[in-house]
Amino acid sequence: MSSLKYESQVRPPLVSGDKSYHDITVDIIRPIENRPSRLWWIGFLTAVLLLCFGIFSVTREVIYGVGQWNLNKTVGWAWDITNFVWWIGIGHAGTLISAILLLFRQQWRTGVNRAAEAMTIFAVLCAGQFPIWHMGRVWVAFFTLPYPNTRGSLWPNFNSPLLWDVFAISTYFTVSLLFWYCGLLPDLATIRDRAKLKWRKFFYGAASFGWSGSTKHWQRHEALSLVLAGLSTPLVLSVHTIVSFDFATSVVPGWHTTIFPPYFVAGAVFSGFAMVQSLLIITRKVLKLEEYITIEHIDVMNKIIVLTGSIVGIAYLTELFIAWYGQNPYESFAFLQNRVNLLSPYGWAYYIMMGCNVLSPQIFWFRKLRRNLVVTFFMSVIVNIGMWFERFVIIVTSVYREYIPSGWSTYYTPTIWEIGFYMGTFGLFFTFYFLFSKFFPVVAVAEIKHILKKAGENYKAEMGPEEKESIEAFAHEYEHAH
Amino acid sequence: MSIKRFVVGSFDDEAVLFPAVKKVRVAGYKIHDVYTPMPIHGLDTAMGLRDTSIHTAGFLYGITGTTTALSGISYTLIYDWPLNFGGKPHFALPAWIPITFELTVLFASVGMVLTFCYLCQMAPFVRKHHFSLRSTDDLFVMVIECTPKTNVADLEAFMKTTGASDVHVQDAETGWWLGTYSRNIPSVDNAKTILV
Repeated sequence: MSSLKYESQVRPPLVSGDKSYHDITVDIIRPIENRPSRLWWIGFLTAVLLLCFGIFSVTREVIYGVGQWNLNKTVGWAWDITNFVWWIGIGHAGTLISAILLLFRQQWRTGVNRAAEAMTIFAVLCAGQFPIWHMGRVWVAFFTLPYPNTRGSLWPNFNSPLLWDVFAISTYFTVSLLFWYCGLLPDLATIRDRAKLKWRKFFYGAASFGWSGSTKHWQRHEALSLVLAGLSTPLVLSVHTIVSFDFATSVVPGWHTTIFPPYFVAGAVFSGFAMVQSLLIITRKVLKLEEYITIEHIDVMNKIIVLTGSIVGIAYLTELFIAWYGQNPYESFAFLQNRVNLLSPYGWAYYIMMGCNVLSPQIFWFRKLRRNLVVTFFMSVIVNIGMWFERFVIIVTSVYREYIPSGWSTYYTPTIWEIGFYMGTFGLFFTFYFLFSKFFPVVAVAEIKHILKKAGENYKAEMGPEEKESIEAFAHEYEHAH
Repeated sequence: MSIKRFVVGSFDDEAVLFPAVKKVRVAGYKIHDVYTPMPIHGLDTAMGLRDTSIHTAGFLYGITGTTTALSGISYTLIYDWPLNFGGKPHFALPAWIPITFELTVLFASVGMVLTFCYLCQMAPFVRKHHFSLRSTDDLFVMVIECTPKTNVADLEAFMKTTGASDVHVQDAETGWWLGTYSRNIPSVDNAKTILV
């Protein structure tokens, strides 16, 4: 069989409509070549406004110190670290789609991978803000890096999970960015070669690195993508594992749990896919990409949401069971009193988490609901609210009551500046996302062309005799003919 | 870089391109390159290109990262500033695994991408002549280099028989340059010169 072999006829097409290669180029690049719509401007300016509010909140925090936040004696980590873990988790879906699904040869990834990878990069960028500004004296943030210094040399503690985080997140950001940009190169070259305006020729000419589409370059590009996918796959698992180590390696009841790494990774994928759904349902509509990001894609991602949501549910129940079965009075108090007890100060947060993450995604067992855009969008928001509360429950309910009641803190509520910081990261995220959707192709043009004949609506039935011929046999024959 | 003469054949479909590549190779012409809008699996094999060894480079960068991390952490925590954590051994390998792993991945990825850019001679602002602007859109462009012995007219006629939708001759500079695409390339002689 040649490498152009066809996919199963049973699977519905991933590219609908009668598309040629040129149509794909035109459809996907249209928003870049046209002026942005009024809707785009409204969205973009709202995001910038939020970003400004965030910058203002953070500036106050830098000037007046972490006292601007309502942290207290035992609640040292609260909104800030909750938001950090939440954003990092969201990032994970992008790598899962682009790397793990590439290794598993899942062709539907091509419709959504570019936007999901962009989402990853912006989410990691937002996540990184929280630990950095939480340092208080942010101007010495570089002390976390190991470099020969005049203080001794005083090295960071390589045995600390917080330092592992520094390495994990910066590596994750770098590798995701490289992977994303390498994939973008051919598409930027496509825009460059179609460009009529001078600035566009210049910008995309510079950005496409002189990509020519040579077969040798494609061969290297494919090898590079595959190896980067192979590297990103354990990387993405390691990142959230290490984030969970921030908690799991401590001896705080409620954090000291061996189930954390897989449970955090599942939760991350869960919330990440929800964010991909929220973004893509809007993007496909506004940029008219319904033929590339089809209902099939939404359906498949909802299946992943119900799967990972259920894994997270099992993890919650396992935790509860172990808290009871383990017979450690502190552990069981943290779970059975501080969380499960609805009448305890934060009991409500636990039930929001359970309701949003475990119960509500179960509606996706029904095909009709998986393929309903309104339900999917609504659920994707619900899931992300639930996942935010998961991190809040883990962090705050574990620390707000110390071992002895004299150490029980007052009820923690965030200040406007903590909320402002969080809103500011939304501003940062959406500012980047709007710029991305205007200046970069939100669907991978070359990759869609690559799967068109395997998964395009009008190609699935035909196959020419030439394509059945083996290339390997020809190459072998040719080698020996001379 | 030297200016050479090329016969450029454009194909609308990769299904036509594959047999054409085979025919051209069997006829003994030298394929300069084939430019395609997307990766075409098997085309490199059909053209007789050898496999890339970029993964081997990636492996070497990876083990460099592993070694850097392990030796750096060992130096700081065992030799330069040993700290006593409750009498635990200074050589705490399990606690070093996360950073060692991260640096392995970081070195391998960054190294491979830089190697990729070096091998393909790609960098910001670099330009390359790729014969047809539509080769990044919807055309599959096969380019055959003319040697002094080549009969250009024969070659053009031959290309048409292989199923090319358009065949023409171009004088072009191989390699890369900095600047714009609209610069003038002097013609080798009076052949039809198409500048892109």
